[in-house]
Amino acid sequence: MSKAENVETIPAHPETATLEGKNKFIGFWLFLGGETVLFGTLFATFLALRNKTNGGPAAHDLFSLSTVFAATVILLVSSLTSVFAVMAMRDRAVGKMQFWFLITVLLGIAFLVLEITEFKEYLHEHLGYSTSAFSSSFYTLVGTHGCHVLFGVLWISTITIQAFKKGITTVTAPKYYVASLYWHFIDVVWVFIFTVVYLLGIAGR
Amino acid sequence: MSVNAESLMQPNQKNGLFSWLKTWLTTVDHKKIAVLYLFGGGLFFLIGGIEAMLIRLQLTAPENHFLTGSAYNQVLTMHGTTMIFFVAMPMIFAFMNAVVPLQIGARDVAFPFVNALGFWLFFLGGIILNLSWFLGGAPEAGWTAYAPLSTEYLGRGMDFYVLGLQVAGAGTLMGGINFLVTIINMRAPGMTFMRMPLFTWTAFVTSALILFAFPALTVGLFEIFFDRLFGGNFFNATNGGNSIIFEHIFWIFGHPEVYILILPSFGILSEVISTFSKKRLFGYHSMVFATILIGFLAFMVWVHHMFTVGLGPIANTIFALATMAIAVPTGIKIFNWIFTMWGGQIRFTTANLYAVSFIPTFVMGGVTGVMLAIPAADFQFQDSYFVVAHFHYVIVGGVILGLFAGLYYWWPKMFGRCLNETLGKINFWFFFIGFHVTFFPQHFLGLMGMPRRYFTYLPGEHLTTLNVVSSIGAIGMAIGVITLVVNIVYTFVKGEKAEGDAWGTGRTLEWSIPSPAPEYNFAQTPLVKGIDTYWKEKMDGNKKVTAAEPLGDVHMPSPSIMPFLMSISLTIVSFGFIFSDKGVHRTVSFAVAGIGIAMMLGCMLVRSIKDDSGFHIHKEEIIETEKGMSK
Amino acid sequence: MSKPSNTSLYMERQKRKRELTYYLVSFFMMLLLTGLSFAAVAMKGIEKHFTAFFIVTLAVIQVAFQLYYFMHLKDKNHGMPALFIYSGAFVAFITVLAFVSIVWIS
Repeated sequence: MSKAENVETIPAHPETATLEGKNKFIGFWLFLGGETVLFGTLFATFLALRNKTNGGPAAHDLFSLSTVFAATVILLVSSLTSVFAVMAMRDRAVGKMQFWFLITVLLGIAFLVLEITEFKEYLHEHLGYSTSAFSSSFYTLVGTHGCHVLFGVLWISTITIQAFKKGITTVTAPKYYVASLYWHFIDVVWVFIFTVVYLLGIAGR
Repeated sequence: MSVNAESLMQPNQKNGLFSWLKTWLTTVDHKKIAVLYLFGGGLFFLIGGIEAMLIRLQLTAPENHFLTGSAYNQVLTMHGTTMIFFVAMPMIFAFMNAVVPLQIGARDVAFPFVNALGFWLFFLGGIILNLSWFLGGAPEAGWTAYAPLSTEYLGRGMDFYVLGLQVAGAGTLMGGINFLVTIINMRAPGMTFMRMPLFTWTAFVTSALILFAFPALTVGLFEIFFDRLFGGNFFNATNGGNSIIFEHIFWIFGHPEVYILILPSFGILSEVISTFSKKRLFGYHSMVFATILIGFLAFMVWVHHMFTVGLGPIANTIFALATMAIAVPTGIKIFNWIFTMWGGQIRFTTANLYAVSFIPTFVMGGVTGVMLAIPAADFQFQDSYFVVAHFHYVIVGGVILGLFAGLYYWWPKMFGRCLNETLGKINFWFFFIGFHVTFFPQHFLGLMGMPRRYFTYLPGEHLTTLNVVSSIGAIGMAIGVITLVVNIVYTFVKGEKAEGDAWGTGRTLEWSIPSPAPEYNFAQTPLVKGIDTYWKEKMDGNKKVTAAEPLGDVHMPSPSIMPFLMSISLTIVSFGFIFSDKGVHRTVSFAVAGIGIAMMLGCMLVRSIKDDSGFHIHKEEIIETEKGMSK
Repeated sequence: MSKPSNTSLYMERQKRKRELTYYLVSFFMMLLLTGLSFAAVAMKGIEKHFTAFFIVTLAVIQVAFQLYYFMHLKDKNHGMPALFIYSGAFVAFITVLAFVSIVWIS
């Protein structure tokens, strides 16, 4: 099948055009339902332990509004760029889709760099993983989110590179689509992290 | 190639052992994966059973020195953990794999690859856990692994517990998602949700519970893991941690978990009783409603495991009321089964004996459950043998009796041969009577003050007689299980060939196709006209179910070794972390874990790059196969 | 699969345009909500409990934008995804509720 033919014959929503696509689509949403519980439990643990600083540094000693704001905007913009990528996918524009996914990945990397420098700084200020119950639950919650970002970066990179060869078909479209769902979900989690962990931490409540 | 006695027992003469091994290691066929789950679960059932016998042996006499202290704790912990995670769970997945796609008229599950991955993760998780016996001692904190006991006071056995369950839990979660999507997306034309057989309904709700309960366990295990290996402080009270958090997390997972176990048994009961009463299931809609309600309430009651922690009268009252509310939907189910039998032409096959015996046994477990739901009473009962008796009545008397009913009922569909009925009845009576003799006295042992989890008791406490009775009952159960094993071997060698509609009164779609089901399940996708569609067609005088499509080529997924390799990778990761305590040089073990993670990511990359186009079974081949199959 | 006709292609384009507007509006709304949250915390002198309540509410609204517009939960055929996400959110919510109320040592 040539590429030109693909462009003409694939339907408006290529991600759910086949049964396999529909399965991936529903299956991934269900997985996100499970992830919600996973992060919910981590948030719950954090909320129960966030004032247990054991004499170590507390949230309001460490967090700075500007860093968190930068990280938040980076992730929010990357969420928008991955929306653009899915739009391009539905327009069957491979190059455009790859471009937007590339931007998404770069923003993801920027976020990770920011997070790593931030963690380094906290270590400097003597907030080690085993300093207090607050530090353990903080690093675990935010670190789990960071691992999700890292995995997303790797995942989106591999499928974007593969797009050179495979293009947009009813086989590949579901993959691009669920990867973008995953990326949005990362931002959903981050919204609660910046609110509950950082802002409430700085507000001192 | 179909799953039958020949292909299972003997390697193909022409291709030898290697080819046989390759078939089973690479299969993505849900019917073969069902067999893998069944025998994987069966293996762990025998191990867990031996552990149970050792416990009874120790408790037969007061101040016995057969298994003391740590050794007893290890056997006890492994018995509980094995039976819940590596026996009941895989047995449930065995039947879900074998039956759900057939009941909804599907050719396969939604994610055949993930299905195979789920099995291998479960199996290797079980292997990791059981290897602890040979590598420095098994976990010994009970199946609940409460912190800080599990985090601060015990040795490497707990690392085996954490990582074994983590690996197996990942597999279970995948299995749950797979069956949810299968049921949502792959029902045959006309198979609306309210026409689904009840076993499929319970599989659906159970899978949803798995989806929402297992992530909590994942987090709980990770927190123990970080506390143990990286100096985390989640449960370390000295540094501000709080061990009550673990109890909450464990039971937020743990209570749904016990409903994950019991719901499929409810489903099996509904199928077996209606088939052998030759009657439609009484109150189908109320059954569906009750199943969903039980699933919802599963997440509302976890604190009843923690009444004595001291969370205060308000919390205890709310959760006590929610717990008692569960008796309502469960009661609906009990009455529906009884009314299904009422006026039916009942046949007491072994499957039906198990199903019918389930009802009074489970009611007894339910009644003690309501007793335990009263906080004031629970303060007296808790951590005594009364609790042990209660949960064995619901898990053995409920889950296991249901699963055995399913085993006898669907064995012909899975293997093409019927299990022997005479041996089956011997199996049933020994197991059933043995069960009651074992666990009924334990209610009274509990009320007399015998605490659970202790390795011994004193001679003057009047506990000896009932403990001896209990141990004698355990021998009865063991004889029952041995008879079952004999029956299985006998059936593989000399069993009667089963017809497509093996019991003659099959009602649901799985009985409309040959036994064992051909690789493609349905030559033509069936058109479903109502509840119990196959029975309807038979009553209309049709031999076959109306087809929804013309005969054509069938697309199948290719077998793959990837699921096995991925599971091996995670096993390597686990062993890396298990041996990363002070005993071994840390960098070495972390390097091993790193290699495992890299292998896992590599496998995922290969899986992403290599698209599986599958293969086709051609029309002519299907016609040929259908002719050759016994109907 | 048949070739889409010109009319349907045109309809499709119009829909895309509308979608783009939705995306951009949602994006700026989310940005605004984020800004409001940060401003509420940066400003001194506001009652702490009120701030907490205010910013958590904003977070929920922002997540709704993300889910309904960016992740298309508003589109048809999203009944099952919505059911399961809400169920997951419900379980997560009662977990959080329990952990801020009944963990014994507070």
